[in-house]
Amino acid sequence: MDLLDRFAAGDLEAFESLFRQYQGEVYRWIMRIVRNSATAEDLTVETFWRMYRARAQFDLSKGNCGPWLRRIASNSALDHLRRSRHEVPLPDDLPATAKQPPAEQLELRREILGAIDKLSPPLRAVILLALVEEESYQNIAQALGISENAVRVRLFRGVRVLRKSLSQAGVHA
Amino acid sequence: MNQHELDDIKTLLKDSLRPVGGHELQRDLWPAMLRRFDQPAFHVPWWDWTLLAAATALLLIFPGMIPALLYHL
Repeated sequence: MDLLDRFAAGDLEAFESLFRQYQGEVYRWIMRIVRNSATAEDLTVETFWRMYRARAQFDLSKGNCGPWLRRIASNSALDHLRRSRHEVPLPDDLPATAKQPPAEQLELRREILGAIDKLSPPLRAVILLALVEEESYQNIAQALGISENAVRVRLFRGVRVLRKSLSQAGVHA
Repeated sequence: MNQHELDDIKTLLKDSLRPVGGHELQRDLWPAMLRRFDQPAFHVPWWDWTLLAAATALLLIFPGMIPALLYHL
């Protein structure tokens, strides 16, 4: 009986092996969406909790739980964004090389983060994944369980909302 | 939206937000996972039960409120 079979049968040791194998990957994916390390850690645990509870639904014929896990991770992250909308703190990730004076850059960054915060969670996730993290449309589509065309539509809508918000704030993209 | 507009907004975002995809996990989360197993699957705070009991009692005493409540839901 291989690892996935044992996991599907509820074997805790098999689950631990999968956890240790995938925790870093799941964390990095969630981090791309929520951009906060403590939240990403909590959501990584939540993702594996959901995975363990849904183990009976896993299709063993696929032979790899990575894509399934990434889908659960995306749902966990989106659920978090829905719960904490408008309460998300600024990420502590200023670029190392600032082109503008710090005060001006901080103000611009504040406007941009405010504009991102106004996006609905599905649009926000696509904008961050596609434009900041430069993930492929195919990866985003698989992780969110939508088509590549739907990713393009969300990107288009997200950019339109962002441009409008930034324009109202006096920032022209 | 054309590619030029997309590139403009991408540049603006990347000037303010650094990619975090390469950020590595700093600790093993297995102990936290085990703690999660020990938590009850679903926990309702006692005040929620109190509120539910009060609402039920109110509806039993004044059943005429049910249609009005349903209308406002």
